[in-house]
Amino acid sequence: MDAILELRGLTKRYANGPTALDSVDLEIRKGEIFALLGPNGAGKTTLIGAVCGLVRPSGGTIRAFGLDLAHDWRRARARIGLVPQEMATDMFTKVRHTVEYSRGLFGLAPDPAKIEAILRALSLWDKRENQIRQLSGGMKRRVLIAKALAHDPELLFLDEPTAGVDVELRRDMWAQIGALREGGTTIILTTHYIEEAEEMADRVGVIDKGKLLLVEDKRTLMARLGRIEADVALAQPLSEIPAALSGFALELSDDRSTLIYRSADAGGDGQGEVAALIKALVAQGIDFTGIDQHRSSLEEIFVRLVEAN
Amino acid sequence: MHLGFNLRGAWAIYTTELMRAFRTFFQSIFAPVLTTSLYFIVFGAAIGSRMSEVGGVSYGAFIIPGLLLLTLLGETTSNASFGIYMPRFTGTIYELLSAPVGVAETLIGFVGAAATKSLILAAIILVTASFFVDYQIAHPFYAVGFVLLVAAAFALFGFLLGIWADGFEKLQIVPMLILQPLTFLGGTFYSIDMLPDPWRQVALANPIVYLVNGLRWTFTGRSDVNIWMSFGLTLGFLIACVVAIALIFRTGWRLRD
Ligand SMILES: Nc1ncnc2c1ncn2[C@@H]1O[C@H](COP(=O)(O)OP(=O)(O)OP(=O)(O)O)[C@@H](O)[C@H]1O
Ligand SMILES: [Mg+2]
Repeated sequence: MDAILELRGLTKRYANGPTALDSVDLEIRKGEIFALLGPNGAGKTTLIGAVCGLVRPSGGTIRAFGLDLAHDWRRARARIGLVPQEMATDMFTKVRHTVEYSRGLFGLAPDPAKIEAILRALSLWDKRENQIRQLSGGMKRRVLIAKALAHDPELLFLDEPTAGVDVELRRDMWAQIGALREGGTTIILTTHYIEEAEEMADRVGVIDKGKLLLVEDKRTLMARLGRIEADVALAQPLSEIPAALSGFALELSDDRSTLIYRSADAGGDGQGEVAALIKALVAQGIDFTGIDQHRSSLEEIFVRLVEAN
Repeated sequence: MHLGFNLRGAWAIYTTELMRAFRTFFQSIFAPVLTTSLYFIVFGAAIGSRMSEVGGVSYGAFIIPGLLLLTLLGETTSNASFGIYMPRFTGTIYELLSAPVGVAETLIGFVGAAATKSLILAAIILVTASFFVDYQIAHPFYAVGFVLLVAAAFALFGFLLGIWADGFEKLQIVPMLILQPLTFLGGTFYSIDMLPDPWRQVALANPIVYLVNGLRWTFTGRSDVNIWMSFGLTLGFLIACVVAIALIFRTGWRLRD
């Protein structure tokens, strides 16, 4: 895989502030969606800022498209787009103009058809002659996205793109981000909605206190750290776990009416084990009224990782 | 772009800044025109009619270059400083910092827009003045050149101020507490030859004296000081501002965290 972005030992210490990035090494692959997860103050925005020129790194190197950002920043930045976390727009500018302005800043000739396509895709076309202050919060956020897309970036940073966006619109935006990826754009996003990462990301990175704790393929991560859990509601309470079931990782609930199965961390063949458990219950003549089986989510994995740090 | 200069980027900043200025056209043009008119009524018409000639021209004509500078210095400085301070304040500076735009493009965009606006303002003030006093411009070519130089220099100075300031007060303090008094004392309303001896030397330490006299020379053909010193000082000030700004961008001071 080609690395489109390569961070080596990236470090940022704010003047009389914390170490926001602590020697971060990261490679982003061309064409992927990478989700950067971490609690508040973890260093996500700082990392994005360092690549996009908003933050001066205290150490380390950044290469994008094979270009060293310390020297070739002009050529590199022309190909990078940024949707910032904070709402920052000139409230008195009109929607269409602010997007045209962004395209100009990045050195491209005006292209009304392109601007129209972007505004239509983000359902902003009807608002094109409105001042930004007249838009709702969700629309303003989409204006920031439109601005970031105006120069067709190959690498796009989305810093919490769906914060404060309603559920329906969020699904809409996921679809649009998916469409951008289909078009070949590499996307790095941060989010506090872990289901968002679960839904969209190819790979996930977890950062906390400036340290990148792990970077992994989302599926591998969920298989590796995800657990299978099954709750078996018993017809009659049991006083203890029968000896015949001692081969299973079982617990009895406090009221003794539910058998709780929890697979090992690595997941393994959790599902197969649950099937074997059910057969054993039937064979032992232990009656049950229901089974609730579920896989632990990325969210639970995330919480465990950060707590361990 | 490939030449290392993003012409479209500079143009985008320049036009957007001018558009922003025209959005508040009436506040930004009407107020200075009104103030200048009042000066002309009071000093040019009312007091000037009772005074003899100063430096070979009527008093009304004598004060025009100084009054022009009074407005020009203040307005140019505050326009340019607000131009760069507002994006810092609202956060829209993120887009400039993340774009393939460097010192040159940023300066040409912001400083060019502020200077352009000042030139328009200067033209309007001169037209306004012609309603109150008769005046001639002895060296029109130098006059335009000098106004251009002053507008560019103080737009750069304002830009510097907008980068240095960390609050709105600081933006206003410099034009009001430094530029305005220095301009008043800088021979706007009198020739420094009229001053008694120790004060004449003190006045010569005021850099604005050289600006006022430089512009006055282009209008009346007479100056209290060496005219080349005026041009040289203005140019030197302009270059000093450019160097300071280039250094600031190199270190990212106050723009990047
Ligand atoms: N300009 C700054 N000056 C000093 N410290 C800063 C600055 N910006 C961020 N920090 C600090 O750096 C750390 C990382 O901040 P950052 O904004 O990168 O976190 P984040 O992961 O984006 O958090 P969130 O999820 O809340 O957006 C925090 O401790 C923050 O207080
Ligand atoms: Mg953040």
